[in-house]
Amino acid sequence: MIRVLRNQAWVLGLVGLLFALALVTKAIQPTYSASGFESLARAALPFAFATAGMAVAILVGGIDLSVASMMAVASVTAAVLMEGAGVGTSIGVVFLVLGIGLAMGAINGALIVVTKVPDIVVTLAMLYVWEGVALLILNAPGGQVAPWLQQLIRGSVLPWVPNALILAVVGVAIVWVPIRRSKLGLAIYAVGSDPLAAYRSGVNIAGTRIAAYAICGLFSAMGGLTLAMSTGIGEPIPGPYLLAAVAAAVLGGVVLGGGIGGLVGPLLAVLILRLVRQDLTLASVDPNVTTIVEGTIMVGVVMLGGILALRSRRS
Amino acid sequence: MSALARIGRFLGDNPVIPLLILLALLVGVLEFMRPGILNERWIGNTVKFAIPLAMLAACQTFTMYTGGIDLSAGVVATVSAFVMATLVPVVGTGPAILLALIPALLIGLVNGIGVAFANVHPLIMSLGTGLIGTGCLQVYQRFVIATGSEVPPFLTWLGTGVTWGFPNSLLIFVPFAALLIYAQSRTGFGRALYAIGSNKEAARLSGVRAWQVYLLLYTLSGLVAGIAGLLYVGLIRAPSLSLVNPLLLPSVAAAVIGGTSIFGGRGSYAGTIVGALILRVLDTLLTLMRMPEGMRVLLFGLIILVVTAIYVRLTDR
Repeated sequence: MIRVLRNQAWVLGLVGLLFALALVTKAIQPTYSASGFESLARAALPFAFATAGMAVAILVGGIDLSVASMMAVASVTAAVLMEGAGVGTSIGVVFLVLGIGLAMGAINGALIVVTKVPDIVVTLAMLYVWEGVALLILNAPGGQVAPWLQQLIRGSVLPWVPNALILAVVGVAIVWVPIRRSKLGLAIYAVGSDPLAAYRSGVNIAGTRIAAYAICGLFSAMGGLTLAMSTGIGEPIPGPYLLAAVAAAVLGGVVLGGGIGGLVGPLLAVLILRLVRQDLTLASVDPNVTTIVEGTIMVGVVMLGGILALRSRRS
Repeated sequence: MSALARIGRFLGDNPVIPLLILLALLVGVLEFMRPGILNERWIGNTVKFAIPLAMLAACQTFTMYTGGIDLSAGVVATVSAFVMATLVPVVGTGPAILLALIPALLIGLVNGIGVAFANVHPLIMSLGTGLIGTGCLQVYQRFVIATGSEVPPFLTWLGTGVTWGFPNSLLIFVPFAALLIYAQSRTGFGRALYAIGSNKEAARLSGVRAWQVYLLLYTLSGLVAGIAGLLYVGLIRAPSLSLVNPLLLPSVAAAVIGGTSIFGGRGSYAGTIVGALILRVLDTLLTLMRMPEGMRVLLFGLIILVVTAIYVRLTDR
């Protein structure tokens, strides 16, 4: 019960932080408008999916260093297959790419289970493997994403409710909510908290871990797709999503080691980090200072969380 | 006891031997594919490029003994190299080298403080300080854009020079490696690292003050990464804002291939050195096969995975 409360407290704290940042934004730039928020949501989209995937891998007690590489595979596959294709074909390609993501994640998970090599090492090796696959599919940036898909993430349905934001929330919820409420969701948290206890309670550890990594792969594929949708082309070299995803997941209250956290916190953390970046740009601060601020926020929050946890354990 | 288990036990006790066999095997394949490649110049080159990697991998190896990792090592090395190169025209070689190691020590110290006092996971902590370091470097670059940069002849000599067939960087690396191999098993500090990695609580009860060990460990890791950066810029001779960053993941791979457990308590720096050499030879081999770049990257990953998997299988007791 206390653990649940603390989780909610973390999410509530993030919501408070987001509100404070929104006020700061309004103060810096009184003319900040819905279009500013629309471009923010569009920039945050690939980060949101990468972070969701990373969070699931951390929740089950592992970590997936190959997230950015899997995104690259998804983005080049989509761009190559959609070049010059009609609407019907491109819908098929979207599902194919999601399937490939699921398969890549499942392969990661199966290798971890079969080889008994630590998660971080297997996914480090797979980072190279998937990057290689992406380069084999497309040697240099190219291809073309179906125009209707590029339009899909632009604009807003309602003012202040950009399409990109809806896509992120719906995309994550459609996968995670049913899983979280099923036996598999419980199993993921159980294996992440204590594999031995989970095993003795009859949880299929190997299956759960493979499933969790497959979900991570699926989210990575979504991230790769949305990345290709926003740039219009496929990019075989992985972007800066790996470290950013770990940072946002941890800032979002997912604890390294597994079993603690959810996906709401990490998604809020992505928004917060992107908003900080936008605010600093609006305040015409040197864009390079942004990286320092992001790093400092992350280190500060994590250290504060660590110290608070030590305090509560002592008392 | 079956023959396989016996081999496993032998290899578990002498982890460097199978690695040396693998290295010899790879070199053999290379010589078979391209007869005559195995000459003094090629060996010198391989060693030259393996040394900065092995030094960076020392940061990973020693932090892994305690169950940690240092993901800021690549950034720290880059910062040191860049700061040094931009300070040389202003203050001269000696002071520039000393000043360049200050940010390295600082980032290492912050890592240590986070791990020791706030109980933050080293992976997260070093990731964050790495981000901060990158940002600071970019801001710093704007202030020194006018001064230009210069790699001092001394470092170039050290990085690229060869004396009697031996790369000059061995002058730094041999004493460095000897010190580390001595320190890991023969000093209280080294044993404390393994102790914390095997069982933190047992180490605490036997009188190890973990916070002191962490502070020293991560500060030293920063220093070593800084020195590795200085050596690397002497080798590459072109300082940039992401100079050493591509070596970060290979440095983790070198430590892991070398038999160091990422969970702590097991490993040796000798293995890491062989691991770094294996990675360099593998790189040459894959380049020589004239494969598309994608295939090369893919095989590189697969081989890391296969080697570690076999290793874990053989030494699993």
